[in-house]
Amino acid sequence: MSKSLNRRDFIKISSLGLGGLAVANPIFDWLGGSMNSGESLQETIKRIPTYCEVCFWKCAGWTHLNEKGDIWKLTGNDNDPHCNGRLCPRGTGGVGMYYDDDRLKTPLIRTVVDGKQTYREASWNEAFDFIAKKMKKIADEHGPECIALFSHGSGGKHFGRMLKAFGSPNITAPSYAQCRGPREVGFFATFGEGIGSPERVDIRDTDCLVLIGSHIGENMHNGQVQEMSDAIDKDATIITVDPRFSTAASKSKHWLPIKPATDMALLLSWIHVIINNEWYDKKYIDKYAFGLDELKEHVKTYTPEWAYGITTIKPNVIRKTAKEMANAAPSVIIHPGRHVTWYGDDTQRLRAVAILNALLGSWGRRGGFYNPEKKKVAKLDIPKFPKPSKTWRDAFPDQYKLAGLALASGICDATIPAADRDCSFKAWIVNGTNLISTLPNQANTIEAIQNLDLMVVIDTMPMEITGYADVVLPECTYLERYDNLRISGHREPTIALRAPAAEPKYNSKSAWWMAKELADRLGLNDYFPFETEDQELDWQLKKVGSSLEEMKKIGLKKFERKYDDLYPLEGLPEYEFNTNTGKIELYSTAMEDEGYDPLPKFTAHEEPPTDFYRLIYGRAPMHTFSRTANNPNLTDLMDENKVWVNPKVAKEWDLKNNQEVWLENQDGIVTSFPIKVRVTERIRWDSVYMIHGFGHTDKRLSRAYGKGASDAELITQTKIDPVMGGTGMRVNFVTFLTEAPTKGAA
Amino acid sequence: MRYAMAIDTKKCVGCSDCVVACQVENNVPIGHCRDWVVEATSGTYPDLSLEIRSERCNHCTNAPCVRCCPTEASHIVDGGIVVVDHDECIGCKACITSCPYDARFVHPEGYVDKCTFCIHRVEKGENPACVSVCPTKCMYFGDTDDPNSEISQLLRKRKWKTLIPEAGTEPNIYYLT
Repeated sequence: MSKSLNRRDFIKISSLGLGGLAVANPIFDWLGGSMNSGESLQETIKRIPTYCEVCFWKCAGWTHLNEKGDIWKLTGNDNDPHCNGRLCPRGTGGVGMYYDDDRLKTPLIRTVVDGKQTYREASWNEAFDFIAKKMKKIADEHGPECIALFSHGSGGKHFGRMLKAFGSPNITAPSYAQCRGPREVGFFATFGEGIGSPERVDIRDTDCLVLIGSHIGENMHNGQVQEMSDAIDKDATIITVDPRFSTAASKSKHWLPIKPATDMALLLSWIHVIINNEWYDKKYIDKYAFGLDELKEHVKTYTPEWAYGITTIKPNVIRKTAKEMANAAPSVIIHPGRHVTWYGDDTQRLRAVAILNALLGSWGRRGGFYNPEKKKVAKLDIPKFPKPSKTWRDAFPDQYKLAGLALASGICDATIPAADRDCSFKAWIVNGTNLISTLPNQANTIEAIQNLDLMVVIDTMPMEITGYADVVLPECTYLERYDNLRISGHREPTIALRAPAAEPKYNSKSAWWMAKELADRLGLNDYFPFETEDQELDWQLKKVGSSLEEMKKIGLKKFERKYDDLYPLEGLPEYEFNTNTGKIELYSTAMEDEGYDPLPKFTAHEEPPTDFYRLIYGRAPMHTFSRTANNPNLTDLMDENKVWVNPKVAKEWDLKNNQEVWLENQDGIVTSFPIKVRVTERIRWDSVYMIHGFGHTDKRLSRAYGKGASDAELITQTKIDPVMGGTGMRVNFVTFLTEAPTKGAA
Repeated sequence: MRYAMAIDTKKCVGCSDCVVACQVENNVPIGHCRDWVVEATSGTYPDLSLEIRSERCNHCTNAPCVRCCPTEASHIVDGGIVVVDHDECIGCKACITSCPYDARFVHPEGYVDKCTFCIHRVEKGENPACVSVCPTKCMYFGDTDDPNSEISQLLRKRKWKTLIPEAGTEPNIYYLT
């Protein structure tokens, strides 16, 4: 392929005649194993264990087959603490991922026909040979570290193993710097431990749940939604801070309709009230905490009256809600949230959340934060990974020093050559994440892609990112493959199996198989010692006293906790925290050592200009990011987003319900498609709200194309968190265009 | 025996899992549904309230759809479940007009379709698909003739309402408020 400025034209996959073989349903060829006795045959054919891949919660469940042996429905595994036998709408609708006939069907390689870039169908051998040759060339010329993997989902584990074996440590997921990174760093700096996933919050046993912009119930993080319902059942107090009357706000005793971007002022004021009234847990703080005096001095001026002027929350409400928390303590959770990259001071805001929890003594106590335990499974007997000579961090000397994981946005930025940077990336392998929608500033992402020598995209669907690839590899859905065991930590350790319930449709394949085939071509076969993934799983399962045969029957196995420390600080035992001082650091020495504020400060954020409104985005319970936007079952529930507009604003602009408008941001970027207006009292007059993941531009997504508008297009500005490189994205402002824009959108 | 459903509006988050679980369980064609979610906001910012309801056929004791059906395709079976015999249904839509809850639709195959309380599951002692799947456990299914059933106890303990009681249909879906 020749290298020119526009070498990577966006190719709409729809421009091709796609072949790919539809495979019939030869169950008996692949189920194998226990097919001898009549009853077990019946049982085995009826339901096959899996864990869900529609979001990151990974609920364990069952794929049920109908009489014809076709995939029928999905249900939760009763023993799974992630779902307790109940999948969420996305999990239930996961069948639509399998049956979606817009799926990628066969490998594609970029080529030029009559001067026009297009894709041609390729065999798997051809595709792998092409990729392996390019990877070797890049490694020879620039080092293997110049190849990065972006992934979100189970496939990333397999490609990650292949890439680490090849010599690159640059494996990243947008779920860190575009999502939950700041809370991990903020809590780590305070307690010496992060939050993890599923969140270690003891909602089912709490007396008081405080949500700050966290819209549980609209974000359908299954076990957490279930536990919030349990908390409602037991009359727990819920306090929700949100400029929008969210579903959670409607379930709350106190809804604090805060002015957006001022959460830090409220948190500091709550800390002020709790310290000044001596409502904090004195015994707990005396025993475990470091820096109370400094904190007390620091928050001296952060009175509720001060916060009122900033947040618009009345002083008596601030005091009353602080008292509610203190009354419930230690059975109280100031929830750390999940998507927390908002304003660029996010690590500091999450530090304030952590400090508040510490003052109330909720960390390590019942009804607060529990201590999850994971089952240890044996590591594969494979050679050590080679030691890389450089990492993504080299591109950012003296920046983002507390980032615990690689930054997706950082690797993207470091792909664009710059004079002061010697580490620029030459290849991206992208699996299961539509970077066009997940990274901020699309123009920047596309510029980075133009600088690559190789881009491989592995996905089940023709998401926008596939149109920029040199090679597109069709991954089969989670219902058609094995994957690594699910071993996430919870109150009780569990392992869960994902096994195929059908042969891969079309010419799609599992990520494990693709990674192994690539590893073989790169001379790295030692890293994939087993011929098939079921052999690898069986070996691993036997090491923990189970087997593939057993797991196929039960799907999920629970283990006893090794230590009786679910609530390690109950009864205030001696305890050493994983921090510099061995204490809970109200005053963070780690932050201070790296040159960051050891105590969180209030920073005023930019406000919308006249006639502009802050763009707030969020989740709908029936969709995950942009990846479900074409799922036939889930689009049937919701096939477009709307822009929520307060009636006062609607009156000013003369907007009516369901009227189509285009949104234009502060940089003159206009949405590709119009979006319908939803006039509602549920949003403040200084903001608009929309669900993320709509407005797809690839026509091959036949159900999603042109439905609603994309918030990601409008997020051209970010405020970078200096502590860990998170991209604050709630710093964009939009206005309405009531007529179709004359110039094209970005 | 009187099957009924109670739905706790304090817990329902309107996720629509009941809708998709029903569609998959009962092979309801895409574009149609036997149950659906309604959200009603009242008040002005910031004094607001929101009620979310999962709605479906009310399996009315005094069911207008059954009374008006010319072929007796719509009929009531044991436990008070209102069902439609697809073979007897001539697709005249009289029942659709008569239903105050808009709970019925014409299936692409020509007959009228609606919620069956998942009678095929109930006969096996299971809950309807929507009740089984609900992540918030806000839905309760049971026998209101049995004073000891969970649903009877809830209806004694909690405040509840039914939809459009003035229609006199004696609906059997209760909303706990």
